[in-house]
Amino acid sequence: MNPSLKKPRESMDLSNSSELTQPTAFPDEVLEKVLSLVESHKDRNSASLVCKYWYNAERWTRTKLFIGNCYSVTPEIVARRFPKIKSVTLKGKPRFSDFNLVPENWGADVQVWLDVFARVYPFLEELRLKRMAVTDESLEFLAKSFHGFKVLSLLSCDGFSTDGISSIATYCKNLTELDIQENGIDDFTGSWLSCFPDDFASLEVLNFASLNSEFSFDALERLVSRCKSLRVLKLNKNVTLGQLQRLLVRAPQLMELGTGPFVPELTGRQYAELESAFSNCKHLHTLSGLWEATRYLPVLYAACASLTFLNLSYATIRSNEFSKLLAHCPNLRRLWVLDTVRDKGLEAVGANCPLLEELRVFPADPFEEDIVHGVTESGFVAVSAGCPKLQYVLYFCRQMTNAAVATIVRNCPDFTHFRLCIMNPGQPDYLTNEPMDEAFGAVVKTCKKLQRLSVSGLLTDLTFEYIGQYAKNLETLSVAFAGSSDRGMQCVLEGCSKLRKLEIRDCPFGNAALLSGMEKYESMRCLWMSACRVTMNGCRMLAQGRPRLNVEVIKDENSDDLADKLYVYRSVAGPRRDAPPFVVTL
Amino acid sequence: MEQTLGLLDTGEKKGSKMDQDYNMDMCCEDETELELGLGLSLSSGTKAKKSTWGEYGRILTAKDFPNGFSAGRSINNGGGGVSGTKRAADFAGSNTEVGSPPTGASQVVGWPPIRAHRMNSLVNQSKVLNADEDKGVGGNDKKEHSKKKINHGNSKDDAASNKEKGNLGFVKVNMDGLPIGRKVDLNAHTCYELLAETLEDMFFKSTKSGEKEQATKSFKLLDGSSEFVLTYEDKEGDWMLVGDVPWGMFLNTVKRLRIMRTSEANGLAPRIPQKQERHEGKPI
Repeated sequence: MNPSLKKPRESMDLSNSSELTQPTAFPDEVLEKVLSLVESHKDRNSASLVCKYWYNAERWTRTKLFIGNCYSVTPEIVARRFPKIKSVTLKGKPRFSDFNLVPENWGADVQVWLDVFARVYPFLEELRLKRMAVTDESLEFLAKSFHGFKVLSLLSCDGFSTDGISSIATYCKNLTELDIQENGIDDFTGSWLSCFPDDFASLEVLNFASLNSEFSFDALERLVSRCKSLRVLKLNKNVTLGQLQRLLVRAPQLMELGTGPFVPELTGRQYAELESAFSNCKHLHTLSGLWEATRYLPVLYAACASLTFLNLSYATIRSNEFSKLLAHCPNLRRLWVLDTVRDKGLEAVGANCPLLEELRVFPADPFEEDIVHGVTESGFVAVSAGCPKLQYVLYFCRQMTNAAVATIVRNCPDFTHFRLCIMNPGQPDYLTNEPMDEAFGAVVKTCKKLQRLSVSGLLTDLTFEYIGQYAKNLETLSVAFAGSSDRGMQCVLEGCSKLRKLEIRDCPFGNAALLSGMEKYESMRCLWMSACRVTMNGCRMLAQGRPRLNVEVIKDENSDDLADKLYVYRSVAGPRRDAPPFVVTL
Repeated sequence: MEQTLGLLDTGEKKGSKMDQDYNMDMCCEDETELELGLGLSLSSGTKAKKSTWGEYGRILTAKDFPNGFSAGRSINNGGGGVSGTKRAADFAGSNTEVGSPPTGASQVVGWPPIRAHRMNSLVNQSKVLNADEDKGVGGNDKKEHSKKKINHGNSKDDAASNKEKGNLGFVKVNMDGLPIGRKVDLNAHTCYELLAETLEDMFFKSTKSGEKEQATKSFKLLDGSSEFVLTYEDKEGDWMLVGDVPWGMFLNTVKRLRIMRTSEANGLAPRIPQKQERHEGKPI
């Protein structure tokens, strides 16, 4: 116990620091205790700016690290500042890399981070990676370097195979979470599941739904039996209903379940057993999988009462089965579906799920151009009418009208995330043939809390004038095939004071627009512009004017002076040292 | 600055003005059928078999691509990402040049914005769905058309698009000894020789200087004369040597490729010499 109130822990020269004009109000321990309870990294960042004393107290108590852009800082800088990190979340490539817009071998290699972490954070427990390049060697290194390692989550990463997963299973004796989602992974074999040691029983989360290779069901069954704390289990397409029943019987404590295909293949008795197994799962709040949804869905009904998240985004379910299922899910807060449910299915959502906060509708056949398939504006309106608490929507459709969107936001003014994708680029209001400007105008005028917006359809600069004028809380904006001139982008840059991420493709925005944001980009995480009208000269001017920005152009072989893909981000790390030849830092 | 032509006006005005511009650009037989709102919406009346993008495909001619469009351009040797979207910048254009889709053939790279993993999964599933749904609306045509669309960056290979490649056409290619794999668009190739050429460019061009000279003598991956041999995994999970079956059949069954060391390729179905001669004789 340090009785003196005046001594900061770090050796600070008090005579120099004019900011410490009076003794601190708290002893070190009190401040550190308080700060150790602060979880949000944003709050911690703010706290660290109060004064040097708080900066130091904060850095000694931070255990969770969040790095939204792996190139904004170096592992060495991080290691120097934060000595006690146990959990790291690291994001790499620009988001448009998910859609094949970023060439392979662009970067975001996790190994350089692991090298430093192994030295400085030997007690690292959690690693969550998104859009990073990960190799099997890195996974093996990870598994062998951190003896208390517990949580591995890989989302949208690439470069590794199931061999790497085997390393994790083999060497991480204290693993509690293994979450493999939607990665570019080489799926050679499911034998990794058999790599868990026979006495390994600490698993709480296991998600391998996105892996397709065959595995030993026996190994899985034994694993599930041993792991009494298992609360999340997401199976892949190779698990039959019969096998599912056997697993459920061993893990009735599950809270999140991802099933295998609901293919009709059971005898009457097996069906009854499965139904009984589901009704014993009293804690299920999340359900996913299904893959094909058939007349077997009723086995689920007993487990649906407590469901808050239903993820049918990989299930080709139609409106009839869907509606019947929904009737049993009155507590749904989050719903992801394929548009195979059609407008009729969405009407059922509006009718049955008054507590709904999040809706995502994905297209089952994205390249199908015929409007006969999928959902329309009516489905969206129907949901909005029945679900006034909607905050998050992602909606893929083939037709939309300004009037419908206006109605939707009138019904649901609390949107924080509004992502509308009218799938034919540049398509106007199909009834009036007008641009969709007024639709997004309505969104930004009505939804004051809007943080994230994705626009689509035929849009002129007017949309962006609206956004700049009204969307004062907007943090993330995604734009494609829209706008008429530089003015559009300028309006957004001028008006949206909280903007952090701006990603643009195929818009007529050029150097004037790019340079108008020169003062702004350092307050943002990043800017992406591809297939716009920006030239290499424009990019060079930006780079010269703002040395603390990394201005990178991904060179296209055929590009003349156009900067085909531009990625701008703030960084304290300086220019990338690992950039491949096709990434030019200006 | 040039205003977007009548975009803010009502339908009728737009129609007439745009008609003129479109007529100027067109030279083919189909334009007389076009009634244009903006020609952008599906309700423009000339729906027929194609969509918005399809209409663009008809409107635009080679004149709109002064730099030409070559198949080589569409295969980005930088990897899976293709950067064919330049022209679309003119799209909602502020100048009289009518906006054009990047390749003029109903393909937009990376659009709709759905994660690649989900896209692959959906396309496979939708085959099952469409099988029982499509009844008369020229179901097969639609699928052909949409399969064309799936070719990220490649437009012209009707032959390739006639074969259903349930995937996006891209398959992973791994080479023994290299940790990171690449992707190649099978639909962008019409025969084994072209595929071998692409792969040789991808994997052998800059690595070993000794083989650089040999690169000009192509197909070494196919004839067993090099240290490496090209293999593929088929739907049943078996690894086979590439080149034994007709190209179309190959497209139907291939899941992914692997450039394997010849020494490890024992046990794979040996290639029958006569078949090989046949392939070298005429690409399918």
